[in-house]
Amino acid sequence: MKDLVKRLTSISSPSGFEDEIREAIKSEVKDYCDEIRVDALGNLIAVRRGTGPKIQFAAHMDEIGMIATDIDEKGFVRFSNVGGVSPHRLFGQRVRFTNGVVGTIGMEKLDDIKELNLDKLFIDIGATSRESAQELISIGDCATYLHGFDDLGQRIVAKAMDDRIGCAVLIEAMRRTEQCQSEVYCTFTVQEEVGLRGAATSAFGIDPDLGIAIDVTGTGDTPESRRMAVSLGKGTAIKVKDQSVIAHPKVKQLLVDLAERNGVPYQLEVLTAGGTDSGAIHLTRDGVRSGVISIPSRYIHCPSEMVDMIDVEASVKLVSLVMSADISEALQ
Amino acid sequence: MLLQELSNLDGVSGREDEVRSYIYRKASALADDVYFDAMGSLIAVKGRDKRGPAVMMAAHMDEVGLMVTSIDKSGLLKIDTIGSIDHRVLVSKTVRVGKDKVPGVIGAKPIHLQEPDEQKKPLKAKSLYVDIGAKDKDDAEKVVSRGDVAAFDTKAGVFGQGCFKGKALDDRAGCSVLLRLLEMDFDLPVYFAFTTQEEIGARGARTAAYSIKPSLALVFEGTSAGDVADAKEHKQSTKLGKGPAITFMDRSVVVNRPLFTRLIEVAESEGIPHQLRQMTTGGTDAGPISLSRTGVPAGVISVPCRYIHSPVSVLNLTDFENTVKLASAVLRSIATRGLPSQ
Repeated sequence: MKDLVKRLTSISSPSGFEDEIREAIKSEVKDYCDEIRVDALGNLIAVRRGTGPKIQFAAHMDEIGMIATDIDEKGFVRFSNVGGVSPHRLFGQRVRFTNGVVGTIGMEKLDDIKELNLDKLFIDIGATSRESAQELISIGDCATYLHGFDDLGQRIVAKAMDDRIGCAVLIEAMRRTEQCQSEVYCTFTVQEEVGLRGAATSAFGIDPDLGIAIDVTGTGDTPESRRMAVSLGKGTAIKVKDQSVIAHPKVKQLLVDLAERNGVPYQLEVLTAGGTDSGAIHLTRDGVRSGVISIPSRYIHCPSEMVDMIDVEASVKLVSLVMSADISEALQ
Repeated sequence: MLLQELSNLDGVSGREDEVRSYIYRKASALADDVYFDAMGSLIAVKGRDKRGPAVMMAAHMDEVGLMVTSIDKSGLLKIDTIGSIDHRVLVSKTVRVGKDKVPGVIGAKPIHLQEPDEQKKPLKAKSLYVDIGAKDKDDAEKVVSRGDVAAFDTKAGVFGQGCFKGKALDDRAGCSVLLRLLEMDFDLPVYFAFTTQEEIGARGARTAAYSIKPSLALVFEGTSAGDVADAKEHKQSTKLGKGPAITFMDRSVVVNRPLFTRLIEVAESEGIPHQLRQMTTGGTDAGPISLSRTGVPAGVISVPCRYIHSPVSVLNLTDFENTVKLASAVLRSIATRGLPSQ
């Protein structure tokens, strides 16, 4: 499982540039599904045939990043954000473009650190002129943090844990689930970080009876953190509400009941800032009953996001239980 | 001149009637079929029975403007903005209010009546008003009503070295491109969508795309050019005279990469000057179109315009002609080579 997370987090695939991660996930899941397809926006949809109602699981493949907007005569690259990238987290970071070119982020002279914004930062790719920079990258090319995976024992840390850990949980659940009662659509979505876009079009195509996103959520267990009743290591988080969705009470209850009956550690989650793919899925067509299974994560959108294997394992179990359960009660 | 006629028409978001009627007259002579949807968008279909993927070409008819929110005792009209306008450009401009185009002047408290701290701040729309020369409230209410909209009173025309000035070039420039394309024939079905309410959330495009069900969409825009005064090179986004601007990403869409690559390839192989839109802020109709139904690859090609969302903007006519050239070359490329593939 850790190896899978390491493989997935090592790939640079920001929103709109998911080709590499899609190919990687395709090769991980192709032996564990009956059908696999890619839609117009690039969502990867792996289908497990069944006779029951349709469940859509969604874990997003994309990650936050930077996009080149200008190259100056000395070869410095100006950039804009792709998703929730903060200038304070960027300064001094090493980044990698999707074509493999590496750079580091420098900053203009500032009189006061409060003046820091993305316009004051640039990527130095080691070029000595505009021409030599243009041989390496083009305007419109995308980059992500360049940070490795570290195994800290019970906890692991990497870039893009949001939401490669969700992808890993969904892949592992597909592998472990022998028999699905429902028809299960495992969706690895695109462009979540720029507005839940892949989830919207994939859900329209699938037309599911039930939708469950698998994504990271914040925690309130670090020094002087914002109060939040979710901690690392206390189990998978069953979402009650965030800014994009209020979990359908029956879907939330289905998840709680499955966790209780099978001894899966869980915590209830109310996230006050942020949203996820269920926000788009539950508003599709005439509405889809939706919930979210979250993996608690520290330092979300930083180059080093941390999760706990107890929570990861609990999330895999809960996703697998939903795949094999009779969900008809949640649909009544 | 199409662009001049279109720029002189008024079509503040939600009140696109005048622009729509003009386009209907032009398009109905050129298209196989013209229809309107419930949001007021006009869709002109050409080559419907031709083989090949359905392509949606979109431009929005609406423009930013003002709405009358109340009429005070003295007959002055209190206003709010429709769409995003820098409030500092409003004061002392002339406008046309309502269907009857009642002439008005945007007024403000004179400087000697302003408190010292008021003088330091730009005047917000809420502290401005439109003066239509009425005697009092009753007199004003004979010609305008709350909810009426006001458009800038600007006469469009050619000037300088091949430049053009006028209001609402965002997006009458795009509407003109589409009307020019309607005069040509392409070997595939093309749906020309003239959309409503883009400036307040790309609303018309959403419903238009839902009914058209295109395989690919291109949006034509007038986009901000920042090649002015002492703007830093890397913040200029687009420049006048450097050709149509191709978008790689904005707030509403990350342009489908194979489509983006195809647009560049076509421009290069046809020798059409072009530039990239070098910023990612701002959204367009491409956002909701790309998310329609199961998803649509959608790109944006823009005519660079200085001073958009103000009473008068400026574009370069060669950029405009090159945008028409690029658009028609892209349609020919899709007809012969098919859709850009993932």
